[in-house]
Amino acid sequence: MSAHMKLFEVFIRSRRGLDHKHVGSLHAEDPAQALEYARDVYTRRSEGVSIWVVNSSAIVSSQETDCESFYDPLDDKPYRHATHYQLPDEVNNM
Amino acid sequence: MSAMTTQEATRQYAIRLGDDALILGHRLSEWCSNAPFLEEDLALTNVALDFIGRARMFYSYAAELSGDGRSEDSFAYQRDCREFTNLLMHELPRGDFAFTMARQYLIDEYSLAFMEQMLSSTDPTLAAIAAKAVKESRYHLRRSRDWVLRLGDGTEESHQRMQTAINELWGYNAELFEMDTLEADLAGQGIAVDTTALRQPWSAAVQATLAEATLAVPETDWSVRGGRQGLHTESLGHLLSELQFIQRAYPGLEW
Amino acid sequence: MTKIRPETDVSPQEAVFQTRIDAEEKIEPKDWMPDKYRKNLIRQISQHAHSEVIGMQPEGNWITRAPTLHRKCVLLAKVQDEGGHGLYLYSAAETLGASREEMVEALHAGRAKYASIFNYPSLTWADMGAIGWLVDGAAIVNQVSLQRTSYGPYARGMVRICKEESFHQRQGYHIMMTLAQGSAEQKAMAQDSLNRFWWPSLMMFGPHDSESAHSAQSMKWKIKRQSNDELRQKFVDQTVKQAEVIGLTIPDADLSWNEERGHYDFGEIDWEEFHRVINGDGLCNRQRLAHHVKAHEEGAWVRDAITAYEAKKRQRDAQAAA
Repeated sequence: MSAHMKLFEVFIRSRRGLDHKHVGSLHAEDPAQALEYARDVYTRRSEGVSIWVVNSSAIVSSQETDCESFYDPLDDKPYRHATHYQLPDEVNNM
Repeated sequence: MSAMTTQEATRQYAIRLGDDALILGHRLSEWCSNAPFLEEDLALTNVALDFIGRARMFYSYAAELSGDGRSEDSFAYQRDCREFTNLLMHELPRGDFAFTMARQYLIDEYSLAFMEQMLSSTDPTLAAIAAKAVKESRYHLRRSRDWVLRLGDGTEESHQRMQTAINELWGYNAELFEMDTLEADLAGQGIAVDTTALRQPWSAAVQATLAEATLAVPETDWSVRGGRQGLHTESLGHLLSELQFIQRAYPGLEW
Repeated sequence: MTKIRPETDVSPQEAVFQTRIDAEEKIEPKDWMPDKYRKNLIRQISQHAHSEVIGMQPEGNWITRAPTLHRKCVLLAKVQDEGGHGLYLYSAAETLGASREEMVEALHAGRAKYASIFNYPSLTWADMGAIGWLVDGAAIVNQVSLQRTSYGPYARGMVRICKEESFHQRQGYHIMMTLAQGSAEQKAMAQDSLNRFWWPSLMMFGPHDSESAHSAQSMKWKIKRQSNDELRQKFVDQTVKQAEVIGLTIPDADLSWNEERGHYDFGEIDWEEFHRVINGDGLCNRQRLAHHVKAHEEGAWVRDAITAYEAKKRQRDAQAAA
């Protein structure tokens, strides 16, 4: 199939107010067809109110080998997290 | 028509529309596991499910109007060929993918216009069925029109196959727009759709699509009719013998 | 039987990989993974996908003959779901670098397998009940376990599939229940179907753990989470009661509750039949493959056409822009 059709990634918003979430992929010739097939393949039980399709080759992704430089520097900033601050019990639901 | 009550005429009308939907839905369901690729298998099945669902709504209404304990299944499973009143185009064997899509396109273009008219039927049940069917048909038409374009303007082979399909279907068009006294009478009361009025816009839309798909409008002079009178091609009998096998072999049971 | 590689052979990368798996972390597509892990997964996921797709046939066989419009819609929706599940799984395997075309080609060439249960024919309407109840029932037991498999896309596909499959098993059981409560002829039809599908359903879990070629390594990599025999036992335990409730008899004289084990004991599978059917002597082996090949080949001109159309469209758009 790959010789014939492109791979698209499918993202679905299941309810208004929620983010689009990746659900899988499918093959189609163009974005319009991909959108129609996404409807037939991934929303047979009314799972969605909105669909995105993205040509898989258009996705730029971080690499495993980047991990150290990408994410580790973010590990040493515990002060960004609410749990970093010990407050008295009376106000701890802040 | 004088002898027939409006209720009886409406009942027969609902059966006709149910027959159209069931027989086409059945033909589409034959594609399941046979489509050119998996995505299309799922899509075709959705369309089949929509048409069978539509048949069930029309038959249920006919059963209600019959008021004699008949159910949707009585109409689908306990009538013979001569009692089926679907328009002939619906029953033709599925053929290749081009034939299935060409037929689907011609019917979707018709069906959408038809259901849009039925939205304003004075019969509230028919109007309600139309409200659901219109939404489905919009999607069906988008799909089948795209396929006519892709196959018509694809490769030489697909073009050839699509043109052949259109040619083979063309003579079954006329029947879509003809009304007998039953339908004319109901249309007069605002219950049924006046299909004669659909012909011109349908032709215009179809011709535009064929032109865009680089397909020729057939210059055929043949036309076949008879479905509404229970006169069918021989393929319907085979379809029914499959459809009705269990109910015929083991009559009167729950399944 | 594949040997688990001794720890001393393990590269630092592989050690990190195994640590991650031991910590119940999922492996994701871009992660480093041992080549064998990748190959093993592609083999298992594609086999699973092929099973879903070939599995459309025995039930598809009854779509045009379903006895009521309601049953027809249910069956059509169900077979469509199987196609969808095949698609989810191909999609998961594609994240490992196997294209769907390659996988389909491997199926057609006989290099890839599908579940042997689908080499059995669906002969009566009751088989739609038995397949849903037993075959899907067995598949669900396996798939529930696979929701915890170590490869992320596979695990997520399983979650989605399990959610959809529960309707499959319930509709099948409902068909059996209706038949079992029906006429004598219908009840006999249901019993006959149970008789034919019971043992093949048990075979779906594969050889005994002691005989299973891929099991040990797959368990270490957490591709598989529970062994064949454990899963088979689970299926038997849950199904016996279901048969009793509708008054059907499981065709196994050795079936009995073992108080001490807290499980049912059951008879030995006819492994000769198992191997015979896998190796080509089932009633439908050749037809199942031929059906798939035919649909694929007949679809070639359609796939070519959409590619050609798309190319023309791109060209037109480019000209319009120039």
